[in-house]
Amino acid sequence: MALCEAEKTFVLHGVEENFRVDGREREDYRPMELETDIVSHAFGSARLRLANTDILVAVKIEVDVPFPESPHQGKIEFFVDCSANATPDFEGRGGEDLAVTISSTLSSAYSSSLAFDLRKLCILHGRKCWKLYVDILILECGGNLFDAVSLAVKAALWNTQVPFVKNINIDGNNVEINVADDLYACERLDVKKAPVMVTVCKIGDKCIVDPNAAEEQCSVGSVVVAVSGNKFSTVYQTGKGSLHPSTLIESLKLGFEVAKRLDEALWETLSQIQPDQDVGFLK
Amino acid sequence: MPHKIQIRLASQRVNTSVSLNQRYPKIFTPGETITAQNEFMRGHGTYEDKGELKASVAGVREQVNNLISVRPLKSRYNGEIGDVIVGRITEVQQKRWKVDTNSRLDSALLLSSVNLPGGELRRRSVEDQHMMRQFLQEGDLISAEVQNVFSDGALSLHTRSLRYGKLGQGVLVKVFPSLVKRSKTHFHNLPIGASVILGNNGFIWICTSIINSEESVGGFIQNLEEVVPRQERETIGRIRNCIAALTQSKMMLYDTSILYAYEESLKYSVPELLIPEAMVDVAILTQHRLSMLEVA
Repeated sequence: MALCEAEKTFVLHGVEENFRVDGREREDYRPMELETDIVSHAFGSARLRLANTDILVAVKIEVDVPFPESPHQGKIEFFVDCSANATPDFEGRGGEDLAVTISSTLSSAYSSSLAFDLRKLCILHGRKCWKLYVDILILECGGNLFDAVSLAVKAALWNTQVPFVKNINIDGNNVEINVADDLYACERLDVKKAPVMVTVCKIGDKCIVDPNAAEEQCSVGSVVVAVSGNKFSTVYQTGKGSLHPSTLIESLKLGFEVAKRLDEALWETLSQIQPDQDVGFLK
Repeated sequence: MPHKIQIRLASQRVNTSVSLNQRYPKIFTPGETITAQNEFMRGHGTYEDKGELKASVAGVREQVNNLISVRPLKSRYNGEIGDVIVGRITEVQQKRWKVDTNSRLDSALLLSSVNLPGGELRRRSVEDQHMMRQFLQEGDLISAEVQNVFSDGALSLHTRSLRYGKLGQGVLVKVFPSLVKRSKTHFHNLPIGASVILGNNGFIWICTSIINSEESVGGFIQNLEEVVPRQERETIGRIRNCIAALTQSKMMLYDTSILYAYEESLKYSVPELLIPEAMVDVAILTQHRLSMLEVA
């Protein structure tokens, strides 16, 4: 979708006026909708809808061998699938670049042990660990993918239940793991510090968050800020334009503030979820 | 002061229905039997299966004598001659522009069916063909009228009237084409200080009031210097959100419904109108006022 110059001008002036096309201020988000535990055969899942952006995340767990350089850590892997249903641009191999960008940004955001502690996923030092496969499906694309993906991933990881290991039998080189028979004997992952990403989009001289598809078209460049707890875990710049150092610092500050608010809002919502709640919107 | 970030659970989703205990037409789902009697004729959106007439789309039944058809709720735009549309240029070709009008095929706007600057009766020369991109380029929005429908459903457009032409600063909202009510005029200068073009194809253009339509040359000039003042911007934003609210509750869009929704929405601030509860509230109040109008 291309915009004409007049539309871009209208968006640009709106951002300067601090009154965007739909009435939001520069730091406002559109309302979101979240559901968890909707994929029954996954260990954890979540679906997030942010206006027209629709993300489905499923987490699967397998037993794996830890990397030799980090024998006491588990593994986490992100895979993004840009469905051609989302936007015609994703047809064929069109979405691949974006998919790789999102998944590599996510894995770099989750790579720090301060953001996500992989040591908890270790079963037997140097021999066995859990590996988390986080599969992200983009069902619809209405702008602001990074933020929506990071929130959905965090909710899905929050929802993930890792099976409880009852006992481990070691017989020479063979390691046998026995998982608790009870289906409900699981432990939750600690995702309190899992990173939340905020896209700070530069339009004109001002920075905004949560751009819609039209606003993304008007921006010269944007910075994706991943914040975990009180620290930045990753900063990634997209778009053609370059940023002045002072603008960069400004957008980092803005992203940090917004990420904290976003994280609070997510936790508030997650805490409302009862364990045996009916799934979905069909009541 | 930024607003609170709203993340709600899907189980708390609000019901968007606005029915005020009135009878609603039955909505058929694909494969649902419409009638088992075989004296009826098979129209659009239906098929015959083992002697029964079934719906092939989700929508409402329409009957003309013996002909039964199902009109889909959501569909691409099926053009008819004389419709007012809003479209976006996707391609500049020789002697024609390709326009995205939300129909199955891109529509064509021929160079011979636009009013070129400098007089109406002018021969189109080769120079004009070379200059086409200066009149309209990719991404530009236009308002136009359907001149002809080809056998494959593709549309041919024209802008041979001063009303039509390139659109300036404003907002485009996309809704289902079936929600736009057909009326005599689709250009509305609302008394609240904004203009709305309700394209039959489901593209709705909202902009500041067009002060004097006589003055406009149906032209290709955009004023990019002009800054839309704050107050008008708020009006445009409010109308945009009101249309989104009406669309969410599947209500017909025409000047009265938009105006009523605008008036009912005044108790909310513009960004508050993005919240689902407020949207449903506005839609219900609008529906109420519209039904009062019918009774009176």
